[in-house]
Amino acid sequence: MAPIVSIQNLTKSYASGFQALKGVNLDIEEGEILALLGPNGAGKTTMISIICGIVMPSGGRVTVAGHDVVKDFRRTREIIGLVPQELTLDAFETVFNTVAFSRGLHGKKPDPVLIERILRELSLWDKKDSMLRHLSGGMRRRVLIAKALSYEPKVLFLDEPTAGVDVALRKDMWQLVERLRASGVTIILTTHYIEEAEEIADRIGVINKGEILLVEDKAALMQKLGRKTLTVELAEPVAVVPEALARFNLRIGSEGRALIYDYETSGERTGITGLLSAIAQEGFRLKDVSTQQSTLEDIFVELVGEAK
Amino acid sequence: MNFEAIKSIYLFEMARTRRTLMQSVISPVVSTSLYFIVFGAAIGSRIQEVDGVPYGAFIAPGLIMLTLLNQCIGNGSFGIYFPKFTGTIYEILSAPISVVEIVIGYVGAAATKGLLIGTIILVTASLFVDISIAHPFLMVLFFVLTAVSFSLFGFMIGIWAKDFEQLNVIPMLVIPPLVFLGGSFYSIDMLPPFWQTVSHFNPVLYLVSGFRWSFFEIADVNPLISLGIVVVFLAACLSITAWIFKTGYKLKN
Repeated sequence: MAPIVSIQNLTKSYASGFQALKGVNLDIEEGEILALLGPNGAGKTTMISIICGIVMPSGGRVTVAGHDVVKDFRRTREIIGLVPQELTLDAFETVFNTVAFSRGLHGKKPDPVLIERILRELSLWDKKDSMLRHLSGGMRRRVLIAKALSYEPKVLFLDEPTAGVDVALRKDMWQLVERLRASGVTIILTTHYIEEAEEIADRIGVINKGEILLVEDKAALMQKLGRKTLTVELAEPVAVVPEALARFNLRIGSEGRALIYDYETSGERTGITGLLSAIAQEGFRLKDVSTQQSTLEDIFVELVGEAK
Repeated sequence: MNFEAIKSIYLFEMARTRRTLMQSVISPVVSTSLYFIVFGAAIGSRIQEVDGVPYGAFIAPGLIMLTLLNQCIGNGSFGIYFPKFTGTIYEILSAPISVVEIVIGYVGAAATKGLLIGTIILVTASLFVDISIAHPFLMVLFFVLTAVSFSLFGFMIGIWAKDFEQLNVIPMLVIPPLVFLGGSFYSIDMLPPFWQTVSHFNPVLYLVSGFRWSFFEIADVNPLISLGIVVVFLAACLSITAWIFKTGYKLKN
């Protein structure tokens, strides 16, 4: 199946000479949840802004459902929903009116029933007549989501949707994202929070300094780059790693009370058997043995670090 | 054509107008009344007539134009500047709407408000002086064309302006001299020849003169030339607006 969003060799240079995107290629499949991870200034928002029509590309092209986002902007923007990072809302509008306005802007006939359903789903119905300036940050975030959902988009961009949102609301938001995905909406979200990507995404893209470093299935990514550490806790502390264990590149932890061994799960041989028998031969008494899987965060830091 | 979008923008802007209607109506009505008291009653009692028209009536078309210009520029510029200022412009830019639809929505609403208040001023003026309209059709044509042109002009200022100071500089510093020196309160025949020539470079002269002709059939310049100038100004504003959107000037990086 053709990808719903296809980004080909996309570049963007600003007038200041800053190159925000350096030839990005990315295909997004229909119905998936793609998380874009990257530090501030990586180019995430620029990329989304180009797809949505807020920023003009310097080179390359983007198609959404087969239509060019510049030439066929009507066709593409009709099906794209955008929840921006900044909480930008008209201070003097009411919640209901601003959501209805978004629907109208996208050329859809008024549908108060649908808007009521969306507002109820986002726990905003009792605020429908409140002026936007009277809402809290979390509510404004939800209003922005309601606005984007009001015209029933097929592709939804969430630009750091959980920045400044409390834990309970974040959980609600992820449930909503799941429901949207179940109804066939493709979701692209950007985030700094790696747990978020880990929890919800099907695929993860890492972007830094205007370049996509990798795009992988989350599971594959975890496995491919997944490191594990084996921690052997000792009954008696040691000062240095014994000569006989040097080939394992062990680290000493917990003030000499633990030996830490890094290994890769994807490797043919993990070296665990050899290590444990070598430790036994050295006559150490073991208190405990544990392993930890590296998180996406570790992987991410490593990738971004390499790119520097 | 995305009619729902035009309707949405237009109604959004008109809702803004409704919220601020009292202040937008009261201020021009009060200032127009003051003009009539000062210029019409105090000075007019000494001038009597200009080209056979009582002075109070003579200045009415100019005063309506003054209000219309201020209102249209103010509304046109603020309507697009404010979303830029708050950031809500993202929604307009990412919606499936073309330049033409954006302009129709914003400029249509600004012109509507200008015409509404212009009409209120006309009614106010008729309370002070007898006003007859010799050519109602032409009068409405001038009225509407001016409203649309200057709303567009305001729209361009709104896009160009980087801050509130720039937003106000043209309405405050450029428009009043043009209106006051454009024959709103006198016929340019009264000026020395040099200043008569200078006045012909003032576009507002043509507006006021043509508009006044539609009331009293007296004019400083041929009303057809006036009409031509208004149309040229409108065309110029339209082309600049088209260029702005084509290049994304100050709206899109």
